[in-house]
Amino acid sequence: MAGVGGRRRTNDWPVLRHAKKGLRRIFDLSERGAERLFSPVLNPLAQLGALSFFLFWVVAVSGIYLFIFFDTGIVDAYSSVEWISGQHWYHAGVMRSFHRYASDLMVVSVAIHLLREFSLDRYRGTRWFSWVTGIPLIWFLYISGITGYWLVWDMLAQYVAVVSAKLLDVFPVFGEPLARNFLTPQHLSSRFFSLLVFLHIAVPLILLLGMWIHTQRISRPKVNPPRLLAALMLSALLGVSLWKPTLSQGPADLTHVPAEVGLDWLFLPLYPLAEAWGEWSLWGLLVGVSVMLAAMPWLPPFRRAPVAKVDLPNCNGCNRCVEDCPYEAIRLVPRTDGEPFPHQAEVNANLCVSCGICMGACPSSTPFRRQQDLKTGIDLTGQPLRDVRESVVAASAELKGTRRVLVLACEHGAGGGDLGGVVTFPCVAMVPPSLIDFILSKDLAEGVVAAGCSESTCYNRLGGEWTKQRFAGERDPYLRKRVERERLATIWASPFESRRYEAEKAAFAARLETLEKAAQRAATEGESDTRLEVEA
Amino acid sequence: MKEALKMPLRFAVLALIFMGVAALSNRPLYRSLPEGTGMLTLSFSHGADRRAACRKATPEELAKLPPNMRRPEICPRDRPPIRVEFDIDGKRMFEAEVPPSGIASDGPSRVHQRFVLPAGEYEIAVRMSERPDGDFTWHEERTIRIDPSNSRVIDFRANAGGFVFH
Ligand code: HEM
Ligand code: SF4
Ligand code: SF4
Repeated sequence: MAGVGGRRRTNDWPVLRHAKKGLRRIFDLSERGAERLFSPVLNPLAQLGALSFFLFWVVAVSGIYLFIFFDTGIVDAYSSVEWISGQHWYHAGVMRSFHRYASDLMVVSVAIHLLREFSLDRYRGTRWFSWVTGIPLIWFLYISGITGYWLVWDMLAQYVAVVSAKLLDVFPVFGEPLARNFLTPQHLSSRFFSLLVFLHIAVPLILLLGMWIHTQRISRPKVNPPRLLAALMLSALLGVSLWKPTLSQGPADLTHVPAEVGLDWLFLPLYPLAEAWGEWSLWGLLVGVSVMLAAMPWLPPFRRAPVAKVDLPNCNGCNRCVEDCPYEAIRLVPRTDGEPFPHQAEVNANLCVSCGICMGACPSSTPFRRQQDLKTGIDLTGQPLRDVRESVVAASAELKGTRRVLVLACEHGAGGGDLGGVVTFPCVAMVPPSLIDFILSKDLAEGVVAAGCSESTCYNRLGGEWTKQRFAGERDPYLRKRVERERLATIWASPFESRRYEAEKAAFAARLETLEKAAQRAATEGESDTRLEVEA
Repeated sequence: MKEALKMPLRFAVLALIFMGVAALSNRPLYRSLPEGTGMLTLSFSHGADRRAACRKATPEELAKLPPNMRRPEICPRDRPPIRVEFDIDGKRMFEAEVPPSGIASDGPSRVHQRFVLPAGEYEIAVRMSERPDGDFTWHEERTIRIDPSNSRVIDFRANAGGFVFH
């Protein structure tokens, strides 16, 4: 039966599956550590996209500030930057360090962001769009950084200029080879330098446009980190800027080769390779890796689970599923069946990731209904509400004793690997709160565990948040007040945390036992058991 | 852990990561040229003489052309390649027939060769011909000194009298 016990396995190549699992283990360890230190809300590893956006803004603001003092002519560029870091180190110099280090950090955060999305397998199927639109961002980020290094016109800039020129000269698009611009001081052209200044402003703007496109298929993309985390980052940046201010490396001098330079190994690690391998090999590597990355969402193609489907007779157009869908896959459209509601929900199958969160959000998703063929407004065709109810009843039958705990588990968390008395879902937020009410009031178990994946890093985005808000009565549909909260436990645990999951579940079962004993005592003393006051 | 302790610890962890990133942003040093060596660049961009490839038109060819287009010579639109020879201390370091650039093969021929040499004095000989055959019209011999991490350049400008040593 759909969803009873066991984790579903997605189709993947063994090499990739192992790579993801290995990476996942590393990420998991770091994420749990970060959650403990920073709290789940502030966990930097859970919001690398937002951190990348934040770092972009830091770079943009500090860049605008620097531009006020920067001389855009090649003759005076160097001395203006020296002035920034010299006499005016305490404001302009600090901004220069912010500009440099925030750019470097952006490279790091984007790289980890990419690896993390890969490890979570969040780039295939419907999610291909975010992945593919991410790749040009790497190019724009690097072009922005490289043109930036050029502008200082120090020895590093000279090195960057000479190697970049050689790289570009393999394409016969420039009338005169670019490399000839950097032969001797007499060859240097200020026209070319102005072009660079222009590129260093234009390319970051294209990057920003690309970042906007990148998040288009995601609802409520997290593009801003929480204030406290932002403040911590800014103060750490300030600390580093004072500890190790960014400095130039002596003026460019075309009569000499910049034989030894302090290289930015984050932006320029491939420049030595260009010299060692030759320009064509490096271009081959760059284009090859980009094409391979772009093809990855289809290597191998994702076997997609059946998508969500609207059942008009049960939809009143309340908008809750639209609000809760993490991938902008549902919208309200004018009513087509003549019912007296202005709207109805409509699913765009191309955007749906089959997380089931919409089913959990629909007010019609209530298992209490007596219908033979239980239906709801929006349902997951691969695991409809009817099957969910059957699975819950079947799972309950597997439980014995007086402290029966029924687990409703996200298949991406530790609970998804649990055996016996478990019903799994693509996301814990697929569970309609009324299902918990149903289980307890029908005495299918003494307690229910809602087992999600790790707290700060919901696989389906937003699922953890919605679940918490629904249980707390802050978001429709609420978990009804009459549900005894002592009989519901929420456990957030990644697949690598099965030990903690088991421990929390056992502790919950122990609490249930004392609760049962107290209830029995109360019952024998003649008081009414609130749990029996349920509708049939 | 005490809440009060957490904030400085968070700061410390971030600052430590940022310090690592800042350090990587210009260390370790990279040496692009071995110690005690300098660079000599042979670089020019020069169009060969188009007329060099002209030839006399045959009477049949002339007959085919309309009378106002009849010229005694037929000249191709393509430039011919240039020929370059470059010796250091009598040893041939570079020798090439360099085709013209551009899609229509009417652009200048380009040479850009870099030689990493130990510091010292060298006898340089460079020759260039703008025709695919015949003698080298341009040639120059010189002794040059290269100091460590020096960048010396041999350029060519016909209107400056030929090879230019920087
Ligand atoms: C400037 C660089 C980048 C920025 C600022 C950025 C930012 C973001 C943001 C804000 C999100 C939404 C996160 C959320 O709310 O859950 C996101 C998602 C995503 N990013 Fe990026 N990103 C960048 C580069 C990349 C790169 C290079 C890749 C990989 C090639 C990538 C792959 C993805 C994927 C696959 C998702 C969607 C995850 C999902 O479907 O849940 N990103 N990114
Ligand atoms: S299954 Fe998930 S992605 Fe698909 S429509 Fe429902 S909430 Fe949106
Ligand atoms: S939540 Fe249910 S009733 Fe509301 S719009 Fe969506 S499908 Fe219709």
